Amino acid sequence: MWQELRTRWYPLGLEVVTVALDVEASEARPFIEQAHAAHPSLIDEAHLTVELFGFVNVPNGVWIDEGGMIVRPSEPAHPGRNPVTESFRTIDLSTVPPDIADVLREARKIKSDPDVYVTMIDDWITRGRESRYALTPDEVIARSEPRTGAEATAAAEFELGQYLHRAGDHAAAIPHWRQAHRLHPDNWTYKRQAWNFEDPMRQGHTDAYDGSWYEDIKRIGAENYYREIIP
Amino acid sequence: MILHDLKVDEHEFETRTGWSIKPQGACKAEACVPVPPVARLGDGRLDASVISERLGMPLVADEPHGIWALGPETAVTGRALTSAAAPELVLPDADGNPFKLSSLQGRKVLLVAWASW
Repeated sequence: MWQELRTRWYPLGLEVVTVALDVEASEARPFIEQAHAAHPSLIDEAHLTVELFGFVNVPNGVWIDEGGMIVRPSEPAHPGRNPVTESFRTIDLSTVPPDIADVLREARKIKSDPDVYVTMIDDWITRGRESRYALTPDEVIARSEPRTGAEATAAAEFELGQYLHRAGDHAAAIPHWRQAHRLHPDNWTYKRQAWNFEDPMRQGHTDAYDGSWYEDIKRIGAENYYREIIP
Repeated sequence: MILHDLKVDEHEFETRTGWSIKPQGACKAEACVPVPPVARLGDGRLDASVISERLGMPLVADEPHGIWALGPETAVTGRALTSAAAPELVLPDADGNPFKLSSLQGRKVLLVAWASW
């Protein structure tokens, strides 16, 4: 999806850089190779961009201007219409196992306006700093994700977990990831990454973690899965 | 930032966190936080405990493995961004080649996160 947009945007002065928040690079690599992307396609095994830019879910994006200044902080970044998420709405739920049907029912309630982010970027490309969507430095900081001691500690716990997992001690990673989930429950990158190692198909409930995709989305309300974009 | 020792190399600290040690203190873009002389160990290394306290960077231990993680700062803005200046970011591409975000200065950039999960 981003490659098509990049083809249009690059001659107009904008480069797309994608970052895969995957603790295991091997999980991301096939998708990158299949996309044949001309833009930089990076892999962030340590979720460094979560710390540096405040990503809390995918897709999330930030805008950086020609001088290296962030002009929009992390927010939901949908690349226009997405055939994968649209397919959630068309699958006949009677044809899938009941627990998958439950997950899909919740996924259908997720609110996102798939075109608005692309429209905003088009405006920024055309108008630059005069775009109503390009924020001042103070607005950028104020609109970036909250970071109290709890969120910062969650980042440290997540990194300990990913370090231990990558060192071959997955069992030692789990208590750290549980702590990250408890301290920063709004960060879906921590949760989905960890759940995926235990149950990649459903991200369902396991003995390793207190939550699951289905339970957590029911708790917060699917309409709150993506923060609303404030133009 | 993973630490194997509570004495952290200044250069590695700057590369990983974006905070550089200057005469006036620890600085990231326009923000500078004074650090006491005891934070600088005189051999190019910093006392991670002191830096953690001054910058509000949680220091979390995994005692069985003898490692720590130093979390991101909370002391300046209480937000994910301390400055609107984009931090340097160096990450590998799918072939393992490092890519520097700053190499795109002069262009607008959309940095977008996705995942296989």
